[in-house]
Amino acid sequence: MTDDRGPVRLVLEDGSSYEGTRLGAEGETTGEVVFNTSMTGYQEMLTDPSYGGQILMPTYPLIGNYGVNAADVESRRIQVRGFIVREDCERPSHSLSEGTIHDYLVENGVVGISGIDTRAITRKLRSSGVMMGIITPRETADALEALKAAPRYGEFDVVHDVSTRETYQWEGDAGERSRAFGDLKGRAWRSREHWSAAEDGLAGLESVDASAGSVSANGTTKRSDSALRIVVNDYGVKLNILRSLRARGCEVTVVSDDASAEEMLALEPDGVLLSPGPGDPIFLAAAVESAKRLIGSVPLMGICLGHQVVARALGADTFKLHFGHRGGNQPVKDLETGRVYITAQNHGYAVESDGLPDELEVSHVNLNDGTVEGLRHKSLPVMTIQYHSEASPGPHDSEYLFDRFVDMVRESGALVPSPAGSSSE
Amino acid sequence: MTTADDPKKVLVIGSGPIIIGQAAEFDYAGTQACKSLREEGVEVVLVNSNPATIMTDEDVADRIYIEPLTVPVLERIIDKERPDGILGTLGGQTGLNLAVELEKAGILEKYDVKVLGTPIRSIEMAEDRDLFRELMSQLDEPVPPSEAVSTVEDALTAADQIGYPVVVRPAYTLGGTGGGVATDEAQLRRIAQSGISASRVGQVLIEKSLLGWKEVEYEVMRDGAGNVITICNMENLDPMGVHTGDSIVVAPSQTLNDKDYQRLRTASLNIITGLGIEGGCNVQLAYRPGADVEATLPPIDHDGPMYYVIEVNPRVSRSSALASKATGYPIARVAAKIALGKTLDEIPNAVTQKTTAAFEPALDYCVVKIPRWPFDKFPTGDRTLGTQMKATGEVMAIDRSFESALQKAVRSLENGRGSLLWEDPAWADSGPPDLVADDDRLWKLITTIRRGSSAEDVSRRTGVDPWFTRALERIVDMERRLLAEDLTPGLMRSAKRLGFPDAQIATLADRLPEQVRELRKEWGITPVYKMVDTCAGEFEAVTPYFYSTYEQENEAVPDGAESAVVLGSGPIRIGQGIEFDYCSVHAAWALQAAGVQAVMINSNPETVSTDFDTSDRLYFEPLDEESVRDIIENEGGADADDSQIPPSMVQFGGQTAINLSQSLGVAGLPVLGSEPSVIDAATDRGKFDEITSRHGLPQPPGGVARNAEQAMQIASNIGYPVLVRPSYVLGGRAMEIVQNSSELIRFFETAMEASPNQTVLVDRYLEGVEVEVDAVCDGEEVLIPGIMQHIERAGVHSGDSMAVYPAQSLTDAEVDTIVDYTRRVGKALGVKGLMNIQFVITGGGAYRGFNGRGGAGANGSGEHAPEVYIIEVNPRSSRTIPFISKITRVPMVRLAVDVMRGKSLVDAAGELGLEPGLAPKRNLVAVKAPVFSMSKLAGVDTFLGPEMKSTGEVMGIDEDFNSAVAKALIASSLDLRPSSNILLSVADGDKADAPDLVRELSASGFGIYATSGTAAMVRALGFEVTEVEKRLAGEGPTVVDIIEDGTVAAVVNTVTGDRQTLQDGFHIRRSAAEQRIPCFTSLDTARCAVEALHGEQQQYNIRTLAEYLER
Repeated sequence: MTDDRGPVRLVLEDGSSYEGTRLGAEGETTGEVVFNTSMTGYQEMLTDPSYGGQILMPTYPLIGNYGVNAADVESRRIQVRGFIVREDCERPSHSLSEGTIHDYLVENGVVGISGIDTRAITRKLRSSGVMMGIITPRETADALEALKAAPRYGEFDVVHDVSTRETYQWEGDAGERSRAFGDLKGRAWRSREHWSAAEDGLAGLESVDASAGSVSANGTTKRSDSALRIVVNDYGVKLNILRSLRARGCEVTVVSDDASAEEMLALEPDGVLLSPGPGDPIFLAAAVESAKRLIGSVPLMGICLGHQVVARALGADTFKLHFGHRGGNQPVKDLETGRVYITAQNHGYAVESDGLPDELEVSHVNLNDGTVEGLRHKSLPVMTIQYHSEASPGPHDSEYLFDRFVDMVRESGALVPSPAGSSSE
Repeated sequence: MTTADDPKKVLVIGSGPIIIGQAAEFDYAGTQACKSLREEGVEVVLVNSNPATIMTDEDVADRIYIEPLTVPVLERIIDKERPDGILGTLGGQTGLNLAVELEKAGILEKYDVKVLGTPIRSIEMAEDRDLFRELMSQLDEPVPPSEAVSTVEDALTAADQIGYPVVVRPAYTLGGTGGGVATDEAQLRRIAQSGISASRVGQVLIEKSLLGWKEVEYEVMRDGAGNVITICNMENLDPMGVHTGDSIVVAPSQTLNDKDYQRLRTASLNIITGLGIEGGCNVQLAYRPGADVEATLPPIDHDGPMYYVIEVNPRVSRSSALASKATGYPIARVAAKIALGKTLDEIPNAVTQKTTAAFEPALDYCVVKIPRWPFDKFPTGDRTLGTQMKATGEVMAIDRSFESALQKAVRSLENGRGSLLWEDPAWADSGPPDLVADDDRLWKLITTIRRGSSAEDVSRRTGVDPWFTRALERIVDMERRLLAEDLTPGLMRSAKRLGFPDAQIATLADRLPEQVRELRKEWGITPVYKMVDTCAGEFEAVTPYFYSTYEQENEAVPDGAESAVVLGSGPIRIGQGIEFDYCSVHAAWALQAAGVQAVMINSNPETVSTDFDTSDRLYFEPLDEESVRDIIENEGGADADDSQIPPSMVQFGGQTAINLSQSLGVAGLPVLGSEPSVIDAATDRGKFDEITSRHGLPQPPGGVARNAEQAMQIASNIGYPVLVRPSYVLGGRAMEIVQNSSELIRFFETAMEASPNQTVLVDRYLEGVEVEVDAVCDGEEVLIPGIMQHIERAGVHSGDSMAVYPAQSLTDAEVDTIVDYTRRVGKALGVKGLMNIQFVITGGGAYRGFNGRGGAGANGSGEHAPEVYIIEVNPRSSRTIPFISKITRVPMVRLAVDVMRGKSLVDAAGELGLEPGLAPKRNLVAVKAPVFSMSKLAGVDTFLGPEMKSTGEVMGIDEDFNSAVAKALIASSLDLRPSSNILLSVADGDKADAPDLVRELSASGFGIYATSGTAAMVRALGFEVTEVEKRLAGEGPTVVDIIEDGTVAAVVNTVTGDRQTLQDGFHIRRSAAEQRIPCFTSLDTARCAVEALHGEQQQYNIRTLAEYLER
């Protein structure tokens, strides 16, 4: 059923050591240890590029119950550096299941550990803040040495590793709309066929080199009259953002993290979406610069890291949260409507609310800690959210923000001048 | 947002007596709601007929009415109190129905009472099948297609449209008689035919069958501003087809992926938004099964819906209590604030005290609920599970894995199974004969796997998702390892992490449980305790609510303050109801009042005691020796010396707690109050006889038998009839009045099986007036709040008897004797704390009448002088503690706790302005009446006897006996309609006592129907009677016919004497139960009910408890 999984150890930078059983690939890994409180959606989390550089620990103790499948991936591969669980399920049960979490991690070459008192670590991170950790077969002292030698999260840019290298047009299906009754299995297989045919194994069950040219780069063609063209600046985009845009009839073109504003505007977008991604926005000077030039030129939506980039572009500050917001139960109040939404979140940095530039106003706040969860430009078509309206995993409550973005794009379509000479008609 | 329009005075409707389907969860919800409303400065008027509840305590609401829950009573309360708001969504279906009826009757409009929380229109939309389906279609939410038809041809047409398989449900029949599942036309023809003829209106519902689909529930909340959240989702281990109240339930769902989970979450939120719920709501859904199960079902249309909406409960429910306990989120508390107009983000989060109620709990553990069924009490009942709920209560367990949570829940059940190792002896040869859902299905599943079936095979046979059956397989694998391998620290740790109790490891590894415990400690394998904090550890929480697990970090570190442990009472079952939770809660409060931290242990999610703010520390754990000892040791601290070990209180949690006293004693753990030896002396018949005879306290003659021969010997010495019962058993289980030696032998065996220490008591059965007292004793003095007289003569279990306070027909000498005996028993036994004593007074007539009608000696001429005998002493809290505490204002539990902690009774009572002895009689009459759930338990005989059968109780209180008893009967649905027809079928042994009843009935204008022998008697008395055929196959209308067609509105059917009459009357009693008409099996109750008609005519009072007490 499974290979013989020997003992391994998780050592945190404070010297604490936890013995467990190897989960996934053999070897050793280091990264920033973060916890996520969602009770479902481990595969979506594992493949979320925003976890680049991090070791992920779900607080829910039973992981892998429903296996892994082709439909539940959010990017081309597992993105986390490591995985810590209380218990992994060796015999999953679900109609869509194609394998165990252990085999999935092995196939993706990702190291993990099982049998850990994850609640004890969560409580430690809650009080001490996130810290670096190592999963290794070595003894504790040895492991600590190796951990000290390893690069620290937050001291290097991860975005470039997870972003696309090619511009491509996303032609995948619209995904699961929350209200759809369609057969998920049918959907999953359709989307799998789509991927294997058009995108050469993007499905993610096989580990695919992120830089392999896997998509057609013909973003400027085939523009239909009615469809809005949205350019997604990929800092680590999740597929469900692309699906959510497709579901609203948008043509979706994805460009790499280092695409300049001019390159993006040259695609004649009706709107630009700056995507989520991993790490500290401080490393994204070029993206911030590019955002400055996009603001006012094209309707703009920033999600998560994209939100932080926009905020920085307008002169706001960002800071590192003590232990971040990661889970599917964070309450956010939309200050425009007064409504509270339960949101999916995954971020370790946030926008400083003090000293916010005058032209920005806070549109959403987190009810737990009062941090900024969304911004709106007072005069220009710019909206940002710190959390994940695309869910996956997590509640679908915030899908309305994509509608709001699309409406904003439509309404401001006439107002925003196209870049010079861009009209192809 | 508070405005001038906000309600200042709110009427809260309670749920009434505990019945199957409506248990302690509504006391929990109601109590939380009352507290929550009062926090907001609202004056709370509460009405509930159930005196055993915390919510009817004088300090929970501002104005308490313990009055029948009927529209006329509520109107009188509204007229008197003039509340500006009414809250009906916290009192179960009872509260909800009453709120709707008050609205429909125009009463709310008349008195300008605003419905708070979910509007009536929303309730109607949720409850009315057609309105609900219409709304679902507007919302694009799928419901299983169905159609009502009256002919077989129409049924076939409907099924063609819906698609096979279909369920056929006959309209207006109880228990689904005549229905079934049809997979093809031929089957449907047959089932529809029988269904149509079984239905009283000749109609059946043809509905799409979802048997085998997953059953999932979401607990959701919505505020008036439209904010919606889910508290928790739950997955039933039993697939669709078993009532969710009878299903093993897991939280959160285990086999749904995020897309499944979110799809159902979004649907649930859409539905409560569409309904306009303002408060809590429960949504039940069916989800397409996994591949293994699907393969066994008729083809599912893959273009069809992934799920169907089954049902919505627009109120707090049993599931919301479970969800509250499973997550730590106080649903009822928040719902009450929403009802006042607050939005979720305006309501503080009681758990973190920093954030708000607008969030969704995250669990970092697995919760398992198992229902507790009453079939240990009702061995002849139909044990199969279906759409009619049969469980009386439930247990919940929490752990970090499913297997361990499941095994802990099994340990908590107290159903005689003990652990998953139990196998029915009948399975010995070829395993369980079937895997049909019944109360033993869990054991059938694991036994089948133990005997070599694969998990998948069991799943295919039952529809239980393989994820669950594979967990059972892992448990069986561990059993095999424990049998085969040496017990090493590694193996021990693995077994503990899978939830194996020490006793089970001991059985498998061939050791004694105590040896396993010692080994564990030697190897450092002890449980740690983790907190239920609603947020999976993300935020610091202030709720000291813990569960055990075998991991690294212990979060329940004692803080060194003085503490004491309250052992709770476990699942609600017949014989051990909500009364013991009442006592446990008051014990915790009394400790707190004395400045001592209260540590609560209990496994019942429905209760107030397991609310995290009832005690200082709550351990949600099984109440067995292993877990209680582990907790006590943990509370003592890592290197505890004896002085740091907190003492335990075993007197309040019913038999569950008292049974643990001996183990605690053996383990050297301190017990507060009466020593374990006292408890032993009171329950060990030999020791008790020795003490009573030494102190000259009269007991009915009898003895202890260890075999049938001894029993026969004792019986022939003392003479028949004799009372046979197992020792150490609560609620009269396996207790029988036996008339002759052949019956004795038969019932001796039953009693022996039920007896934990293999001894059976055989006593002379004394017919007479039964009297009961509760008392506090400090070893010297006693305080008796009042004397309760039973309306039924001795022989009916005290829990099933109506009892009246104060005793109505005792002489002063009898009262003095009772007080004297009580004091002497307390002193002789050395009772410190509570005790309950039952007396029988012989002579002077068995039925003395009440209220001056009859009276002592009225029909007892020529009988010997009255004599008082002690029939039972229980050195612990009793079922009547809440009743007597409320109607006398003597806080029995508080006094007991003070005395147990070492105060003298004189001092403890003095502090409350009381003194030892019999408390002065209150100027009121209160009647406690039992309530049964017989219509829900097919095959169970309803006659009253020494074995307890009731599930709950109500109270009627008024200035005089007749009014009080009338209200008790109304509240327990035993009230008679004047001038209606009544069926009499009286056993020969009772005929001598019957003439008075017949005269009363005739004088009150009842039409009398009777079976032949009884009819002859009635005619002989000179009254008119219609004779009916007793045998079902006879010609002309039978007893059952006239019950079912509504000819008679009540039945009197007594069963004393031989077993043949018992069998003859069975159909009469069952059909009365199913028609829900009063069925009196004791002439005493019947007479009392007829007498009470006078009370009803003279108009009873409606007053608050305080008004009665202060009159």
